[in-house]
Parts: sequence; C-alpha cells; structure tokens
Amino acid sequence: MSKLKTQSLHKRHSELAESNRQLEILSNGIFQDGELPTFAKKIKESDQFPLRPKKLEILQINLGYMCNQVCEHCHVDAGPDRKEIMTRETMKQCLEVIQNTGAHTLDLTGGAPEMNPDFRWFVDEASKAGIKDFIVRSNLTILRANKKYYDLPQFFKEHNVHVVSSMPHWTRGKTDKQRGDGVFDKSIKALQELNAIGYGMPNSDLRLDLVYNPSGAFLPGDQASMEKDFKKALLEDFDIRFHNLFAITNLPIARFLDYLIASENYEDYMYQLVDAYNPAAVQNVMCTNTISISWDGWLYDCDFNQMLGLKVASKIKHIKDYNEEILNDRNIIISQHCYGCTAGAGSSCQGAVTN
Amino acid sequence: MAANNYYDPADLRKFGNITEWSEELGAKFFDYYGKVFEEGALTAREKSLIALAVAHTEQCPYCIDAYTKDGLQRGVTKQEMMEAIHVGAAIKSGATLVHGVMMMNKVNKLDG
Repeated sequence: MSKLKTQSLHKRHSELAESNRQLEILSNGIFQDGELPTFAKKIKESDQFPLRPKKLEILQINLGYMCNQVCEHCHVDAGPDRKEIMTRETMKQCLEVIQNTGAHTLDLTGGAPEMNPDFRWFVDEASKAGIKDFIVRSNLTILRANKKYYDLPQFFKEHNVHVVSSMPHWTRGKTDKQRGDGVFDKSIKALQELNAIGYGMPNSDLRLDLVYNPSGAFLPGDQASMEKDFKKALLEDFDIRFHNLFAITNLPIARFLDYLIASENYEDYMYQLVDAYNPAAVQNVMCTNTISISWDGWLYDCDFNQMLGLKVASKIKHIKDYNEEILNDRNIIISQHCYGCTAGAGSSCQGAVTN
Repeated sequence: MAANNYYDPADLRKFGNITEWSEELGAKFFDYYGKVFEEGALTAREKSLIALAVAHTEQCPYCIDAYTKDGLQRGVTKQEMMEAIHVGAAIKSGATLVHGVMMMNKVNKLDG
C-alpha cells in the first residue's frame, strides 16, 4: 500500500501536473491501438455524438484549488500548496451571472471553498439571488481545522446552504487511507455538529448529503445499497444521520490517474469503465446540464474538463462574457475520462444519473 | 494465442464468450447466475461474501479476482472478507476431519 503523499502533483513537479500529458495518456495505449474504443466512437454507436447540452440546471463554481487535505484520489490535485483562488472581482462577475441565470442550483466547490478569504462574503451575496438549491461541497475536516471555521455550520444554516460532504467509508481505516490520518475522526465530529443544529435530520430542510467515492481501483457499488449500509453504520456507531448518499466514480485524471499508473491498475480500470459503459447514462451526464466555472473565471463543460484545461467549445469562454443562450449552443468536449461518468448507473456530482 | 499459463487474468473478461459455442445453455446459465445474485432473502452483499468464500474453497482465481473486486465495490471491509474465507476454510477442514470418524469406524471394525 502506497503512503499518502503530502503534496500536490504540481508541487512535486510530476509530469501529470500537466493536463496535456494526462490527455496524451488517455488517448494513447489501449485507446490508440484500438484495443478499447474511444469515448467518441462508443457514443457514436448509440447515435449520441456529438454530445450536446440540454437545459442548464447547475452552475458549479470552483472557488480555488487550495485545500487543507491532500486526498489520494483528488481529481483537482488540490492541497495546501495550491494557491489558485478566486478573487472578489471574479466573484462579482459570477454574482451577475447568478442573478440572471436560468439554472436552479448553485454548487460551490474547490479545493476547500471555505478557505477562500471571500467565501462568506460570496455566500452572503449569492444567497440573496434566491437560487433554489445552494450547495457547498465541504470536506468536513475544514470545519474543525481552525477556530475561525468553527462557526461555519451555523453560517451554513443561516444561509440555508445545502451541505454536500465527502465520506469514503463508514470505517476509519478506509477513510484515512484515502484522505489522510485523522480525517475520519474529524469528519465524524463535524457531522455530529451539523446534526446538532438540524442538518441531515429526518424531515429537516437543512440538507446534508454525503459523497462516496471508492478508495481504490474499483467502481462504486449500487448507490441505494451503499446508502443503506452507510446510514446503518453511521447511526449505530456514531448516532449520525444524513439525507442521501451520492456514489461517485473516480475519473482517471490528476491524482487518481497517477495512482492508477503507479499501482499498475490503469489498463484494468479503463477496461472496467468501458465494460460498464451504459448508453442510458450518457443522456444524463452532468455536462449536459452544468457549467463549470474555474477560480479564474474560465468556463468548462464540467469540473473534470476544467482540471484537464479543456475550455468550452464556444465563443463565450469566460464569465465576463457570459451569455447562456450562446453558451448552450455548443458541442461538449469529450475524451476517454468521460467513461467515468457513463459506467454502470452513471456518475455525476449529484451521484448516479440513472435508476 | 501465446499464453504461458493455464490461467490468464484477461480471460475473465471473455467469460461471456462461452455462450458462443452453446447459445441456449450459455444464456440460461448467465440468466440463472444473474438471478442468483439479485437481492432476495439474502442481501446482494451477503451473497457476495458467500461467493468469495466459495471462490476460495474452489480455488478459482477468476472468482477470487471477481468477488474481491465485487466486495470492494459493495463497501465490504478486508476484515469481513478474511472472516468469510475462514468460514470456507473451516468447512473445508471440518469436512476433511469429519471423515476421520469413517476411519475410526473402519479401524474399530477391523481391529477393534
């Protein structure tokens, strides 16, 4: 078992810190020699090429790549050494868009979005737009990382924020292996605090959902069964409640790609993804209803394309020029990593995409 | 075909091909197989652990590969997996040892 790294690929000057190198790996080898079909070829089989957006439902804003954790499988390559964070100026451009968008969900992510010094100001302003579902993706440990964050659960409550948090397993060993020593205990404590103010409780409007992603080179199991197991274990062991579990597939990019290659699991994992390809999931992949905005205001089809540096194929490429109608009339950029969103029941930031 | 071993991990992916040479029986088998592992009186998770234990008593490398991965996908822990294998091992060794009674009966009859 590899020891958890404490620095991002960027800090380590890994060749995989370069998105072009990742894209090269994803296009070469088994996909170049035809052993496995490319994603474009696969979706052509079911007449779903080119992939096109449907109605925009979700604006996902990445407030920065800085994070207090260095998780083994992070597709953002986030960590304490990443300094890219959104400025207030870009936030203001986002706010303009939020006030006029047809999207019903605003989804703040990172890194740890709470580490952006303007996070509270932004949440304050954005919540005034009255968007229906306002999500903050919290890694949980940040809520216990420093005194200045201790009141965040209350802040979330005051702004009726929907908290979505990562939790790789209901056992300490599997969680800490993926996310670092001590992460499990801190996460449990944070979940108990969220529960204490009403988050995740049955019939509570304060939504608390958990995200499960596998701790190794395998796909997530059935979301409903996993949710049942998580609920039972967390309730019995820690008296913790939550609403839904989102089972998310690890996409073969950034640190997860690095892990797959280093552990000699890359080819087998790609086979698993291709074997589990589900044409029905293609209909609902998140890039068809989401726009991802990076810390510096560039627009992407999804958070994964953002990390691969694949800006939208539209003349509107930056938040300052945002025009929803023009933007929605585009082809979605795809590569082999997209198989991660179409395996089995499909995968998105909202979990499975088919029943 | 240049395999140096009787067992090739890549062959597991070709399991479905057995249907090509006997379509009706192959299809019936896979239909049955799929049904067996559906959620029933036992959960799919429990069935996966039984399959893992049997995979070991049968010493089938393909099945061990498949049901280890299946267990991980279902959130089964390594402690649970190892305990399941011990159950298989206990039955295997118990099955050997209980035949000792047969030996004892024979000795008693011939030389008692």
